[in-house]
Amino acid sequence: MFRESPIIRWRNYSDRYKLSGHKCTKCGANYFEKKGMCVCGNLIFSEMFFSGNGKIVSFTKIHSGPSVFEEQSPYCVAIIDLEEGARITAQIVDCKYDELKIGLGVEAVFRKLYKSGEKGIIHYGTKFRLKL
Amino acid sequence: MAGIIGWGAYIPKYRITAEEIALVNNDNANAIKAGLGLTEKSVPGKDEDTITISHAATKNAILRAGIKTKEIGSIYIGSESHPYAVKPSSSIVGDAIDLGNDYMAVDTEFACKAGSATIQFNMGFVDSKMINYGLSIGADTSQAEPGNALEYSAAAGGAAFVIGKNEEAIATIDYTCSFTSDTPDFWRRAMQPYPSHAGRFTGEPAYFKHVVGATKMILEKTKMEMKDFKYVVFHMPNGKFPERVAKIFGVTKEQLEPGLIVKKIGNTYSGSALLGLTCVLDIAKPGDKILMTSYGSGSGSDSFILTCTEKIVGAQKKALTTQDYVDRKEYLTYSKYRKHMETIH
Amino acid sequence: MKIGVIGIGITRFGEIWDRGLRELLLDSQLRALNDAKIVPQQIDAMFTGNMLGDSLSGQVHIGAMATENLNLDKPSIRVEGACASGALALRQGIKAIESGDAEIVMVNGVEKMTDVDTGQVTTALMGAGDEELEGFHGLTFPGLYSLLANAYMHKYPSLTRDILAEVAVKNHFHGARNSYCQFKNEITKETVINSTMVADPLTLFDCSPITDGSATIIIAKEEIAKKMNSEVFITGSGLATDTLSLARRNTLTAIPAGQKAANQAYAQSNITSKDISFAEVHDCFTIAEIMAVEALGFAKEGEAFNLYKNKETYFDSKHPINTSGGLKACGHPVGATGIKQAIEATMQLRGEAKNRQVLNATVGVTHNVGGSGATACVHVFKRLR
Repeated sequence: MFRESPIIRWRNYSDRYKLSGHKCTKCGANYFEKKGMCVCGNLIFSEMFFSGNGKIVSFTKIHSGPSVFEEQSPYCVAIIDLEEGARITAQIVDCKYDELKIGLGVEAVFRKLYKSGEKGIIHYGTKFRLKL
Repeated sequence: MAGIIGWGAYIPKYRITAEEIALVNNDNANAIKAGLGLTEKSVPGKDEDTITISHAATKNAILRAGIKTKEIGSIYIGSESHPYAVKPSSSIVGDAIDLGNDYMAVDTEFACKAGSATIQFNMGFVDSKMINYGLSIGADTSQAEPGNALEYSAAAGGAAFVIGKNEEAIATIDYTCSFTSDTPDFWRRAMQPYPSHAGRFTGEPAYFKHVVGATKMILEKTKMEMKDFKYVVFHMPNGKFPERVAKIFGVTKEQLEPGLIVKKIGNTYSGSALLGLTCVLDIAKPGDKILMTSYGSGSGSDSFILTCTEKIVGAQKKALTTQDYVDRKEYLTYSKYRKHMETIH
Repeated sequence: MKIGVIGIGITRFGEIWDRGLRELLLDSQLRALNDAKIVPQQIDAMFTGNMLGDSLSGQVHIGAMATENLNLDKPSIRVEGACASGALALRQGIKAIESGDAEIVMVNGVEKMTDVDTGQVTTALMGAGDEELEGFHGLTFPGLYSLLANAYMHKYPSLTRDILAEVAVKNHFHGARNSYCQFKNEITKETVINSTMVADPLTLFDCSPITDGSATIIIAKEEIAKKMNSEVFITGSGLATDTLSLARRNTLTAIPAGQKAANQAYAQSNITSKDISFAEVHDCFTIAEIMAVEALGFAKEGEAFNLYKNKETYFDSKHPINTSGGLKACGHPVGATGIKQAIEATMQLRGEAKNRQVLNATVGVTHNVGGSGATACVHVFKRLR
């Protein structure tokens, strides 16, 4: 339903495609995807870009994905500490699960996330791979 | 004239061997390998397509060019496997590499020469001063029907080039011309998942006539000879065809081999001749002259003559090389390969 | 705070093919009325916990459905807080009584999950996470808890795969002694470890199932409940929230909202964790129960493994946890789970839990979590007669 919408993802293309982030103009905290209010209470953010380099904080391999991800299963997902100081959840690709370890360095790649059925939009975004 | 400011290659990690395919198709693997002159081919990841391959190659090209993405005025992606029939690959890649909104973009199709043709577009735009820099990309995740001979060669990969003024070039483009005719050797009708071809007709009247025709044309027009070139690249539908063209022109092994990437990864269609060129640029020295002739069924060939400049030395190490991607590999079984190609889920 | 429990009613939990949302709800409502020995007209208001009515049955407006079922026109509201919807509905009922707006309140929790395929249920449940930050990337609920499990087991290696399996083994042991439970079979830790991998390291037997079910509890103001000879009273209700996504949490080795909610409820009830006879906790996954018993103060962070290693969480041992079978064995009809926990607590305190009865049970705690810990609601139940 909502995952088939071409619009719901479109408004976040900048974040999804380019890892653009939001820097709090008061305390300097960086966010991946806008947070209404910074933890310091400030409401004003400026644009920044994450380099795409980070480290694995935790990871898993999903064997049974939700409907639109079923054909890609199994796939690895991790929580990643970006070097600029924000955390992001994303897939880790081009690796074997047993190669993954907490603390390993990863870098961003641009990949297909999922297709909205046979007729719908193809959704693209950032995934990560172990540093080459 | 315009030249190449930066180049970048990308080849997916996955491979399938001719033996693995032959097992399923009840073919003689050794005969196939000898006949096609290749042993394995690249396969896209489950989440890779022409758009993501173009993006990865373009990132490398921009790293080598060392320019700001907002200075780029155009992006053209040539492919016969654009993920959408209607909706451009070029605007998606343009957005993802942050070109802003002030740029021209379009997807092209001319079988396997859809990418090389976009270099000619950008040369025109740069020379006419309409843009400072333009992106020319050729990439494919080629389709092959299960059981068809194409299965052994149809591979995935792509190359990207930043085209700009000669003064900034890592390689100047000294001349280009095309040899074109209506030749029904290979095609894919709208809404059809797999291409069709006219068997042995794809050889003499198609590939050879056009590749030889365009190469002869550019040599005549520039009054150059084969011995003037350090490297020569011909489109590579398999390992055999470019070697036969080389024989016709007296191209030596030393001139041809460095760009003969088909032997390692198969035919990447719109990426084929262009990946041959990135292989050569990765190792070329200032002053080296390069001849490249692409081929697209239907049919046409684009020929280019390039001369490497002093700037190439510093650019070579700024990004992963074509060989880095060739060496990074994981082999798939036939069933996994079909899953990657989305034939089975 | 003293809010009396005057009636409880629950359907069988499981795959109930022949009943939809409305019939399931009516069943538990009638059972609770029967248990309370009151007529529908005595109810002043209703609150119904439900998470997935819209995505799995195409039905919202479950508040009105709940009153319509009993031919009432009283105030009625659907409450949603993902898998904590049940406990949140109970809390709203308590607040309605405390505010003086109502004297007798019916609180329901209902979920119908088996009408659609697993992929759709997985997608719908993921609505409890952060759709933009997590769902878009292909995360599932087992995936989120696996991220927690891997982070926890990396920091606290004493929690081994074998010990984690003991959570499910114990819950199935209890489930085998509970008549309304979905899975009434005992299992071994080998069953857990060798079952299908869902999201590494969690296997099918680390995960709560997809379940249909409905549960209803009728609560009343202290004076009325006393007149009706109620034995069980709710003395504390704590509620805390956290970020929707795991990536924005301060910790991946605990669920802080659970601890905050517990501390509030304990303070209201003048108890500490030492006073607790038993607890019904939110074990949507085995790792969640480990984090729950730590949040409730039965063990320090990183030390809950001891309770499972020494088998101290069985109904007849030191810290009885999930005597109902928990979400794992009893089933997890998400909106109904919070009410089921309250019903199990009431049955234990009334001494009606038969062959899983905790001896001398005086204080019971229920711990209901929404999402991967973005909402946690804790209630304290006491036997006061």
